[in-house]
Amino acid sequence: MDHILSLLVFFPAMAGLLGFLVAKESIKVYGISVSAIEFFLSIILWIGFDGSNAGYQFVEYYPFIPSYGMSYYLGVDGISLFLVILSTFITMIAFIALSIKDEIKNLIISVLFLEMTMVGVFLILDVIWFYAFWELSLVPMLYIIGAWGSAQRLYAAIKFFLYTFAGSVLMLVGILYIAFLYHDATGIWSFALPDWYRLQMPFDTQLLLFGAFFLAFAIKVPMFPFHTWLPYAHGQAPTIGSIILAAVLLKMGSYGFVRFSLPLFPDASVYFLYPIAIISIIMVIYAAMVAYAQEDMKQVIAYSSISHMGIVVLGTFAMNAEGITGSIFLMLSHGIVSGALFMLVGVIYDRRHTKLMRDFGGLATVMPGFATVYGIMLMASVGLPLTIGFVGEFLSLAGFYKVNWIMTLLAGSGIILGAVYMLTLYKKSFFGEVTHEDNKTLKDLNAKELTALIPLVALVVILGVYPKPILTTIDMSVKKMLVLLEKKAIDPHTSEFIINVNRIGGTK
Amino acid sequence: MLEPISISMASLNFPALLPMAILAVGALGIICIDLMVKGLTKSFYTMVTVLLIILDFGAVVGYNGSIRGFFDVMLVDGIAQIAQIIILVASAFFVPLSLGQRQFKEYEMAEYYALFLFMIVGFQFMVASDNLILIFLGLETSSLALYTLIALHNRNKAFEAAIKYFTMGALAAGFYALSALIFYALTGSVEIHQIEEVLIQRDFEPLLGILAGTVFMLGAIGFKISLVPFHTWTPDVYEGSSSPLAGYMSIVPKIAGFVVAMRLFEMLVLSGVVWLEYILYGIVVLTMTVSNLTALVQEDVKRMLAFSSIAHAGSMMAAILIGTTQANTALFLYWTLFMFTNLGAFTLLWAVRHEKNLWDERYQHPFSKFSGMVKIMPTTATIMGVFMFALAGMPPFSVFWGKLYLISAAVNSQFIGLAIIIVVNSAIAVYYYMKLVIYMFLKEPVNNDASIFATNTSTPLKVIVGFATMMTLFAIVFVEPLLNMITKYVVASGF
Repeated sequence: MDHILSLLVFFPAMAGLLGFLVAKESIKVYGISVSAIEFFLSIILWIGFDGSNAGYQFVEYYPFIPSYGMSYYLGVDGISLFLVILSTFITMIAFIALSIKDEIKNLIISVLFLEMTMVGVFLILDVIWFYAFWELSLVPMLYIIGAWGSAQRLYAAIKFFLYTFAGSVLMLVGILYIAFLYHDATGIWSFALPDWYRLQMPFDTQLLLFGAFFLAFAIKVPMFPFHTWLPYAHGQAPTIGSIILAAVLLKMGSYGFVRFSLPLFPDASVYFLYPIAIISIIMVIYAAMVAYAQEDMKQVIAYSSISHMGIVVLGTFAMNAEGITGSIFLMLSHGIVSGALFMLVGVIYDRRHTKLMRDFGGLATVMPGFATVYGIMLMASVGLPLTIGFVGEFLSLAGFYKVNWIMTLLAGSGIILGAVYMLTLYKKSFFGEVTHEDNKTLKDLNAKELTALIPLVALVVILGVYPKPILTTIDMSVKKMLVLLEKKAIDPHTSEFIINVNRIGGTK
Repeated sequence: MLEPISISMASLNFPALLPMAILAVGALGIICIDLMVKGLTKSFYTMVTVLLIILDFGAVVGYNGSIRGFFDVMLVDGIAQIAQIIILVASAFFVPLSLGQRQFKEYEMAEYYALFLFMIVGFQFMVASDNLILIFLGLETSSLALYTLIALHNRNKAFEAAIKYFTMGALAAGFYALSALIFYALTGSVEIHQIEEVLIQRDFEPLLGILAGTVFMLGAIGFKISLVPFHTWTPDVYEGSSSPLAGYMSIVPKIAGFVVAMRLFEMLVLSGVVWLEYILYGIVVLTMTVSNLTALVQEDVKRMLAFSSIAHAGSMMAAILIGTTQANTALFLYWTLFMFTNLGAFTLLWAVRHEKNLWDERYQHPFSKFSGMVKIMPTTATIMGVFMFALAGMPPFSVFWGKLYLISAAVNSQFIGLAIIIVVNSAIAVYYYMKLVIYMFLKEPVNNDASIFATNTSTPLKVIVGFATMMTLFAIVFVEPLLNMITKYVVASGF
């Protein structure tokens, strides 16, 4: 088990390279097999994971440019463990449900490379490598959207790429500046994140650096007003692209907040707490309203993603165990649910070649199985208790309640709005008479689609009823991080704030 | 009566001249062979040239004499060594590009190879001296040889390019002579280190004189390394020359120019003359920004690459502006990595060259030529994509590490503003590099016939492209040893 993390990161890339030699006819099965092995590896990682150790496990450390402090440094803790499993799981499911036929070899290979970058981002602890994986993840996605997307795919792909690339260049300057500060303070060059955690930075510097990192993460999440690339990307991307984009790539941004922004800049995080909370609330409400106004089923889900990511960010900046644990759980649940919803849209798109709600209606009578799965996922997305969506949303909001109850109330209204647009979508598409001739002969879910969807439905229900095994593992690492935050803050008000929001009863 | 000159042979330190002597004698030898034996093929000349370069390389690396030589006009210090190594390695890879499938007239002529070798000699003198007159000789030797090499390509565009380069180059040479004259008038010496001493003694007075000398010098060097606003020749000359020469021009003359700039300007910047720093700062920012913005609207890949190489030269000038050891190390690291990637990119352009302009009346390599290439020639398209992302500074490919080290040098010396300008520029730059990637990967092919892309492709070209690809992809592996080596050389020469 010593090198399991390296294996996890580079196995898909290796498979991708070898995939060039696999014949086109069997490449899909090849993709599924590889992603299944990768998923299996991540499950082994979970089994081997010591649930009572809050620190980094399975650490691999090799100096790689020692004169400049760069190293190859991998490690997993409660925060990243489930995001890795989510990435491998979603990739596997997306491969199973894949229905694209042309140039499928290139598609599968690029998704495998994408998987490497996703797993790499979550596992790597050296910041330069993090940046490398972060940027590299854009390339396969650019290709996936641009080559297999719908009519406006080029525009969407370029916008996605330029937006996210431009966002992260300032992060590079920030990274190098922290390394400089670290060298100034200790006399050693290091890009290892755990080393950086111990570095205390002056308040003004923190504010600037927080800004440099924030831009990169905010565009990725995407936070209002940097969200405009997302609806295009989703609208134009092929189903597999949308699934991975919504389920995993967006999580990189919110993971960045948890992994970098909070522990590196505790004072700045508290300082910017209210502005960020306000942006998050705008995201929740505004995106929900825009979602309601959409005619395209896929756009509704795209905007609902923005809305949910608002709650994720809000929970992260609650600065307490409930909020952060909740937001990480919400990342997982949103990954599963939005992935499933995009897959379902893909299912109907394959049959009808349209995603507009007005072209449907009465689907429930023609495709009862499809309607059932869709209904379950929809409820999970809205956050119905006993589904996976409820747990994270509730915990995030409960966490932020200790900071400010009015804001929490506003953000909570997003759930109601969510119910409004989702149920409208459901009503328009599934209930009523079948009005279009084409819809009368639609086939229900086939075996391939059921194979992909049933595990998702099972997870939605199981983790909705009993999320504890996951929550305790996340919680442990989050608490360790909060202790670090509290100790590290240079402004006494920050420490006081963190202690207060973590006390039962909230700020007094 | 003149005193009889008596200097011992040992003090002349001839080994310092050995590397240049090898090439100069070799070049004459090539011409003699051509006179004696008729009908030798280009493969013979190419390989002899490469062998001579390898010999020269050995002489440079193996040199361990004193750093001064030949009446003290030679200065073989660390940066001279490392610059010569870069020049020779680049030359050794660009000469064999003559071995394409198609016949070009210039490659059948022995003069081409002789001129090529003389050009390298010129560059070597430029970097291995701090005597303004010897640098001038080196500069002119190499430039005159280069103008001729461009014209040998024997196309209308090539003549145009050669003339354009020649006229502008003559002006730059005039600037250079004027500047050297001013420095001589001010200090009574043409040796950079003596100029420095005298200027420090005089506390950099008179300022006006130094300003004039520096500005003329900036014009001359700026022309050579294509800084804005002296860059206007670059795209036209690159477009007119054959791809191998264009790629060569984007690397070798520039590294020679950088070394001269490094010797001269760092002395002046570190003197604390504030306005000079402002002038350089302005030029650096202009060079990066203007060229990047212009590159956005180019319709021809070669012209795009020309502007991209101007932008990269701007980053290099930033290293000279910063002037710390780390920055100078970054310069050489950056340029070495950039060399391999640019070598690959230009070689690919060369390999896919077709004798007719099938795609566009005006351009040889318009973007539409590469449309949908991934469906016709997936490997070529993928490799070109890697080169483009590497040039854009995408991690973990080669140029990223140079850029990283450069930005870090800027940050460490409190040039935060400059660091931000560099990264913002790389965000602009990614758009035009990506444009080619988008054409290759995301558009439909115009012409499904792979053979029209392969008329000039041959095994040697494939090997070179493969080598460049390996160096670009796996730069991670050798960045550390390369960095150590460069740091050693740079520190040893006190920069």
